[in-house]
Amino acid sequence: MKNIQGMKNDFPIFRHHPDLTYLDSAATALKPETVIDAVSGYYETLSTNVGRGLYPLAEETTARMEGTREKTARFIGADTEEVIFTHGTTESMNLLASVLADRVKRDDNIVVTAMEHHSNFLPWERLARERGAELRVIPLSADGSIDMEILRNHVGSETSIFAFPAVSNVLGTINPVAAFVREAKRLNPGILTIVDAAQAAGHVAIDVREWDCDFLAFSGHKMFGPTGVGILYGKRGILETLPPYQVGGGMVLDVYPNPPAAGRACASIYKDIPHRFEAGTPDIAAIIGFGAAIDFIGGIGGSAIREHEIGITRYALDRLRSSFGADITIYGPEKAEDRGGLVSFTLSGVHPHDLAQVLGEKNIAIRAGEHCAAPLHRALDIPATARVSFSVYTEEGDVDRLIDGMRDARKIFNI
Amino acid sequence: MEIYQDIILDHYRNPRNFKAIPSCPCHGEAKNPTCGDRLAIDVSVKDGVIDDIGFQGVGCAISQAAASLLTEHVKGKSVTWALALGPKDVLGLLGVTLSPTRMKCALLSLETLKKAIKKR
Repeated sequence: MKNIQGMKNDFPIFRHHPDLTYLDSAATALKPETVIDAVSGYYETLSTNVGRGLYPLAEETTARMEGTREKTARFIGADTEEVIFTHGTTESMNLLASVLADRVKRDDNIVVTAMEHHSNFLPWERLARERGAELRVIPLSADGSIDMEILRNHVGSETSIFAFPAVSNVLGTINPVAAFVREAKRLNPGILTIVDAAQAAGHVAIDVREWDCDFLAFSGHKMFGPTGVGILYGKRGILETLPPYQVGGGMVLDVYPNPPAAGRACASIYKDIPHRFEAGTPDIAAIIGFGAAIDFIGGIGGSAIREHEIGITRYALDRLRSSFGADITIYGPEKAEDRGGLVSFTLSGVHPHDLAQVLGEKNIAIRAGEHCAAPLHRALDIPATARVSFSVYTEEGDVDRLIDGMRDARKIFNI
Repeated sequence: MEIYQDIILDHYRNPRNFKAIPSCPCHGEAKNPTCGDRLAIDVSVKDGVIDDIGFQGVGCAISQAAASLLTEHVKGKSVTWALALGPKDVLGLLGVTLSPTRMKCALLSLETLKKAIKKR
């Protein structure tokens, strides 16, 4: 395992909060100095709009944004034109549900899994309802995985959309994306496959060509980037057939007043992909900062990050199990290798919310609740879980402080 | 300030009025989406006075202790009086200050109580 040590020095927040043990990276990753500098650098030295200006500063801003698009494309193995900037995974999914609406016919079905984040559940639940289609939810196996046989029982010739996560934000389950896509297309060659990669990006390698998914979405802020920027990848051949999402500035070539000129079917001519899907001024600073985040990940190396996260996850699993034995219930796959860098659990006698409160008073940041995954908690038949999640700056000492804090919490509740 | 005071831990471990009132028309339910806490409250009203009350639920110490304390507080009082209770009253019962997120846990009981009373 490549040793990633001293990474905390790259993250200014630890200079302001030296005692912080941050175990909530699945909610949002902390920001390295290079990303913060890229954001403030844009406002200090460029501060111009993209795509329109003909003067050097505006041209430089456009070049930086389009440069980030190229970096993003390389990061996921796509073509540059297949990368659409949104404001986050949630907007990416809502955009898709909007432009794909016509593809869903009455009596079709849309398939999702029981491990969805609400952002990859609610857009499909609403679309199914609006189109008179059926929403099918694939249940999970006892170990928090999806059985291929169960998948086959849900996906069929009437399935227009199959949406699922690459990595579960609660269970940590890493789904075999390529195998799911292959099987779904075997069952229905016309199916559209949509991958929620919010918990995968920056943690496990993404290759949209190898995965062969039709769409994929993730957020910048979960992979060291700023908030306010998300990515939607779509296969070129499908994107080119889709209508715009929002209309307005930046996505149109020419606009004619009504009625359309003789012989014109449409009053306006939209731009080609990807700009057709990017109406309005984007969050330029966030996009430029996101480019710096991709560079940051590249500087460490994706496989080194993954190995570090497996190592720290294994350490956390071992310590949680050995410290609390039968008093702790850990959800999701047993082995660290089969998980993203996160562990969700319940501790007998201490509600997750109370645990988070006690730990919070000790500067140990964990997440407690449903983690925007109510259907999953219904399936597990528990009201809430506590979740710890890791990143490059997480050290074994952070896990040790967590264990000590959990022991203190049990003392408060007399256990 | 340490929020897990003895009174909160006591009501969390030994909740008062933790019961359902069968076939009670004044039944309210509420949920706190951030933490998954759920509460149900039954209120029995006679001549405008709460003569019996029961709550059931799952959740954190704050939400469950607040519900227990609140049910004790309103039992024997008029529904008009109970409906006029506000966040400060619940905080007063708990005897602690809470962050905005934990306030939602504490106030879940008040919301549920008012829902139940309004079924009248």
